[in-house]
Amino acid sequence: MKEIIRVEHLCRNFTVGNETIHALRDVSFTIGEGEFVTIMGTSGSGKSTLLNILGCLDTPTSGDYMIDGTSVKKMGKNDRATVRNRKIGFVFQNYNLLPKTTAIENVELPLFYNTAVSSKERRRRASEALDAVGLSDRKMHKSNQMSGGQQQRVAIARALVNDPVLILADEATGNLDTRTSFSILMLFQELHRRGRTIIFVTHNPELSSFSSRNIVLRDGKIISDKINPEIKSAEEIYKTLPVIND
Amino acid sequence: MKIGNLFKIALKALNNNKMRCFLTMLGIIIGVASVITMLAIGQGSKDSIRKQISEMGSNMIMIFPGNMERGGVRQSSDDMQTMKPADYESIRDETKYVAAVSPMGSSSGQFICGANNYPSKIEGVNSDYLEIRQLKIDNGNTFTEQDIKRASKVCIVGQTIVDNLFPNGEDPMGKVIRFNSIPFTIIGVLESKGYNSMGQDQDDIVLAPYTTVMKRILAIDYIQGIFASALTEGVTDEAIDEITQLLDRNHNIKDTDEEDFNIRSQQELSEMLNSTTEMMTLLLACVAGISLLVGGIGIMNIMLVSVTERTREIGLRMSIGAKGKDILTQFIIEAIIISVTGGIIGVVIGGVSSFLVKFLFNWPVSIQIYSVVLSFVVCTATGVFFGWYPAKKAANLDPIEALRYE
Repeated sequence: MKEIIRVEHLCRNFTVGNETIHALRDVSFTIGEGEFVTIMGTSGSGKSTLLNILGCLDTPTSGDYMIDGTSVKKMGKNDRATVRNRKIGFVFQNYNLLPKTTAIENVELPLFYNTAVSSKERRRRASEALDAVGLSDRKMHKSNQMSGGQQQRVAIARALVNDPVLILADEATGNLDTRTSFSILMLFQELHRRGRTIIFVTHNPELSSFSSRNIVLRDGKIISDKINPEIKSAEEIYKTLPVIND
Repeated sequence: MKIGNLFKIALKALNNNKMRCFLTMLGIIIGVASVITMLAIGQGSKDSIRKQISEMGSNMIMIFPGNMERGGVRQSSDDMQTMKPADYESIRDETKYVAAVSPMGSSSGQFICGANNYPSKIEGVNSDYLEIRQLKIDNGNTFTEQDIKRASKVCIVGQTIVDNLFPNGEDPMGKVIRFNSIPFTIIGVLESKGYNSMGQDQDDIVLAPYTTVMKRILAIDYIQGIFASALTEGVTDEAIDEITQLLDRNHNIKDTDEEDFNIRSQQELSEMLNSTTEMMTLLLACVAGISLLVGGIGIMNIMLVSVTERTREIGLRMSIGAKGKDILTQFIIEAIIISVTGGIIGVVIGGVSSFLVKFLFNWPVSIQIYSVVLSFVVCTATGVFFGWYPAKKAANLDPIEALRYE
C-alpha cells in the first residue's frame, strides 16, 4: 500500500503571553492510500491543529510531516500553497463557498490557481466533479440558492476537482441535520470505495464506525489508533431515517 | 501564475458582487465628480469676477502730450502740439499687445436742440473708443470708416444728453443737434452707465469722429491724446513699453531726453484685480484640497471595508492553493478596474453636472483640465492604494486566521 501521509514525532506549541501551550505532543502515524481515517477528539484535544498541519495550512514546531513523499517542514508559504492546490482537497464545516457564485464557478476555483489547466479542461473537470457528487442538475445554481447539504456537496466537488491525493474534511457534517449528514457520509464512503484517501476530523464518536480506521486524540497525544474491521454502511442507516418534508 | 487567470478571477469576483462593486465605485465617482464640479464653479466665478473688474477698464492706457519747457517756461499739456495722427496710426498698426486704440480731441460747448440746450463736451474719437471705455450702444450704430474719412457730422450721445435735449421722450435717433452752430446727426445712443466711483456722470457724453472734431470744431492738425487698451490687464506693462518705444521713435527722443508725452494706466484697478484673483485662486485651492481630502477619505473607507469583509474569502482562496501574491494581484486588478472605471464615470458626471449648473442656474462655470487630471489621479490612486493595502494585510495573514475572520 502506497504511503500518502507520514507523521513523525510531530509537536506544535503555541505561545500565549508567557505561557506555552502544547497542542500536539509527539504524534506519529502513517496513512496509506485508500484509507478512510476518522480523527476524533474533544475540543482542545489538538485535532484542529493536527488538521491544519496535515492540510499544509500550518507548520509543526518540531517533527516531520511528509505528504505523498515530500516533506512539508522546510517548505515556504508559496510551496505549501502549491501543495494545497495540487495534493489536498478541503471540505469545511461551514462549506466556505464564494457567495453569489454559481456551483460550477465555485468548483472551478482551485483550477484557476493551476496554470497547467486550460479553461476548457477546467470547465470539463468541474462539471465531472459536480456529476460525481450528484449535482448534475444544479451546476448553474448560485451558492446562496442551495440547501446546506447541496452546498456541502459543492464543497466536496471543489475538493475533488484537482484530483487530490488526500481529502481533508473538518466536521464536514457538523452543520447538517441527521439525514443530510448521512447522505454526505454516504458520499464520502462512495469516494472511499473508489479509492480516495480521506481524513475526516470530528468530535462526534458515532461517525467512527463508518470509516476504515479511527485515531483518537486527547491532550495532544494519540490515545488509540484502531482499524475498524466492520465498516457500517451509511446508506443503510440513511434509508431507515424518515424523510422530513416541511 | 498566469495574469490572465487572475484577471478572469477578478472579473468574476466583480461580476458576482455588482452591488458592492457599484457602491465602491460610487465613492470614487462622487469624489471625482464633486471636485470637478466645485472647481468648475469656482473657476467660473473667478473668471466672471475678473471679467467684471476688467470691464471697469483695468487694461486702459491713456497717452497725453507731456509738459515741456519752452524757453524755460513749463507749458500746459493742453497747449502741446506734439501728438500727431501719425502717432495714433503707428500704435494702431505696429503694436502686438494693444487691442484697441483711439485718438482723442475734445471741445466744450453748448448743445442745442430746438428750445432745449445743455452744456457738455464733444469728444472726437474712433469706434475703438467704445471698446476701450467699455461703452455699449443701446440703439443705433457706431461710426463707419467713411464717417471718419469724410469728417461726417454725426454723433453718438449718452443718456444724460438725451434726457436734457429731448425731455418729452422723443426718439433721438436721426435728430439733428447743434454744437457751436455745427449740426450733428445722432446715429446712436449709448447704454446708460450711471455715475462712476468719482461721482462723474458717465452718461454726460457726446462722441463724434475725431476727424470732425479736429477739422470742423478745433481746426487743429494734432491730437490731444490717445486712448488704448491692452489685450489683457496682464500685458498692460508690455503694451506701455511698446507704445513708449514707438512714440520715442516717432518723436526722435533719445534715451537720455525727457519724453514729450505721459502714459498712464489704471494701476489701482489692476492691483485690485490681481489681489481679487489671488484670493479667488487661494479659495479654489482650499476648495479643491478639502474636496479631494473628503473624497479620498470616502474612497479609503469604502475600499477598506469592502476588502476587509472579504478576509474569509481570501482565507478560502489561500486554503485551496492561492499564493499571497495571487491574492494581491487579484485585488489590485479589482481595485484598478473599479477605480479607473469610477474615475472615468466621475469625470463624465462632473462634466455633465457642471453644464447642468451652467444651464439650470446660469452660473458661470468653467471646467479646468487640471481639475479633471488632479481629481482623477488622486481618487484613482487612493482607490488603488486602499484596495491594495488591506489585501496585502489579508494576504500576509495565515490562511487559518483569515478563514476564521469574522
